[in-house]
Amino acid sequence: MATAKTAKAEEVKKTTGLEEIHPMEDLLRMDRMPHIWCPSCGIGLAVTAFTAALEKAGLDPNMVSIVSGIGCTGRVAGYVKLDSFHTTHGRPIAFATGIKVGNPKLKVVVFSGDGDLIAIGGNHFIHAARRNIDMLVICVNNFIYAMTGGQVAPTTPLTAFATTSPYGCVEPPFNIPYIADSSGAVYVARWTALHIRRLTKSITEALQKTGFSVVEVISPCAMYYGRTNRLGDGLDLMRFYHDNVEIRHGEDTKNLDIGFQTKIVCGTFVNRDRPSYMERYNEWAAKAKGATK
Amino acid sequence: MKADPKGVLTGSHTLLGNHACAEGALAAGCRFLGIYPIVPALEVSQRYLERAPALDATFIQMEDEVSVLAAVLGASWTGKRAMTVTSGPGMSLMMEHLGLGVMLETPCVIVDVQMTGPGLGIPTRPAQGDIMQSRWGSHGDYEVIAFAPSSPQEMFDYTVKAFNMAERYRTPVAVMADEYVAHLEETVTIPPADQIVIEPRRYYNGPPGKYLPFKRDKDMVPPMVDIGQGYRFHVTGLTHDDRGYPIMFEECQEYNVHPLVRKIRDYADTIVEVQEARTEDAAIIVVSYGSTTRAALKAVEQARASGVKVGSLKLVTVWPFPEKRVAELAKQAKAFVVPEMNFGQIVNEVERCSYGEANVFFVPHGDKGVENTDDILAAINRAAHESAVKDGVIEGV
Repeated sequence: MATAKTAKAEEVKKTTGLEEIHPMEDLLRMDRMPHIWCPSCGIGLAVTAFTAALEKAGLDPNMVSIVSGIGCTGRVAGYVKLDSFHTTHGRPIAFATGIKVGNPKLKVVVFSGDGDLIAIGGNHFIHAARRNIDMLVICVNNFIYAMTGGQVAPTTPLTAFATTSPYGCVEPPFNIPYIADSSGAVYVARWTALHIRRLTKSITEALQKTGFSVVEVISPCAMYYGRTNRLGDGLDLMRFYHDNVEIRHGEDTKNLDIGFQTKIVCGTFVNRDRPSYMERYNEWAAKAKGATK
Repeated sequence: MKADPKGVLTGSHTLLGNHACAEGALAAGCRFLGIYPIVPALEVSQRYLERAPALDATFIQMEDEVSVLAAVLGASWTGKRAMTVTSGPGMSLMMEHLGLGVMLETPCVIVDVQMTGPGLGIPTRPAQGDIMQSRWGSHGDYEVIAFAPSSPQEMFDYTVKAFNMAERYRTPVAVMADEYVAHLEETVTIPPADQIVIEPRRYYNGPPGKYLPFKRDKDMVPPMVDIGQGYRFHVTGLTHDDRGYPIMFEECQEYNVHPLVRKIRDYADTIVEVQEARTEDAAIIVVSYGSTTRAALKAVEQARASGVKVGSLKLVTVWPFPEKRVAELAKQAKAFVVPEMNFGQIVNEVERCSYGEANVFFVPHGDKGVENTDDILAAINRAAHESAVKDGVIEGV
């Protein structure tokens, strides 16, 4: 595969005089392309926003570690050229907590999906927010478990169809920014995969915060969510975001529920400061060290 | 490599088994402890926390035992020697990340202060019911290394050994203690730091971009790097190649998983450790581990006093199981007596490895707690009698 790529690059260079280099080549594992995501999936856009934000935030990529769980978004860690970990289902926040406490100089990013972070990993999510672990969580929400074949997720809107809700979803979904806010996150934002510029800005801001920051990315899943609910293809889903997103910065997070094909409120909802876990921990450790001397 | 003297409390102390375990960890260089409260293991974290600030050692209490071991694995990749302590119900929850630790080949130590089970059991009473769980508890194929201490001194010694094995074989290692030995108070001698040998982590020193996280050395163990050193590596819990990239073919399953087994199985001779007493001329051998060994040794002495040729084989490592030694002894001896604080776990291994060459008598854990010397003695006498019957020394009963 590597030789085919080199041959192509050489051909491009010969005919155009240009080096064929992906603009994000330094931050992506080009030897793993093409990625596994379906055409029109929004995860790739979220990754693009993240890599752009990483450059904008001015962080040393060698000091940034990324952890993913399981699922479509769980594959992100495998494509980003940082110290990256593809861990168990629902546990990336717990794994990343160990990294942060193990070496507090590192910036830690968890990049995973709604099923991974909010269902099986829900407990870790709220406790990391409560502790205010210095960590950025990018949660791609496609309203469904896509990799396993379109099962109902804790974010599936009421009445929406999924392979395990053949008569329409009967469970009310979680409002992710509300959980993050009420559990103590210092930065909470939501964008769709269409709002790439605003999403990049939010991730940049979140990367510069000290504390538990959450950016929810609503992503089109044409293959399962779109198909099961007859919402059209990826372009139709993007068009829906275009027509139905309302940007309301600072909106009270309890007003951010998403219904089936209702308006989606996006924006930056929470941006506050409170001592992070390591700040409190170091304060305690310094005091205790003084006492034991 | 020698131990960091800051962490070593050299001298002779009267220590609780759990406290000795914490001292062993600190002496071995453990600087990250992940905890979730559980009764029989509490004092390990208590002791560690008291000593942590002066040593710049860190800890975190997580929301459950699932996240504890996940955090321990994460911390290990930052270069910290990391440990967690738990008991039965917590051990059950840790099985998920025991498997991930094996697959990511992440060194760490899990101390299981065993209590009774199944379910909720009696959190304040000892048992040895998690021995098979420590070997087979996570799904898929793998090998583990596990130690079973029988005294506070061994809680110290075996915890140090466990850290060394974890680094040497780049794998999670278990210390299978129990409530009895954890809460026993005895004299523990901690040697000077320069007499404690510490296995250093094996690091890759080549240029960034060339590092392959699962490229095996001659001895099958791949060298590591820390997060933040600029290598920008990737590791996955999926079946993977040397680069740590997922490869979903059966050929890769063989390529990836077989070495996980072989890196321990092929080196079993150097890992396995047993302690023998009076086995040279023994016709009956008591096989024991953990705090059961205390009762077993007493029973052996009493039986010897009454003229029975009996010896003791104590398992320092329960995993890998000392297959070769048990097979040898099976040819020499007429019978094995296996006392355990459970209803039959290691006894099956003894039976398997004796290849029908010796009778195996099991002494199950009844209602007498750990102190079942009388039961062991009765089993030794029965084994002696039945062997004699078989040999025609005594007429059939």
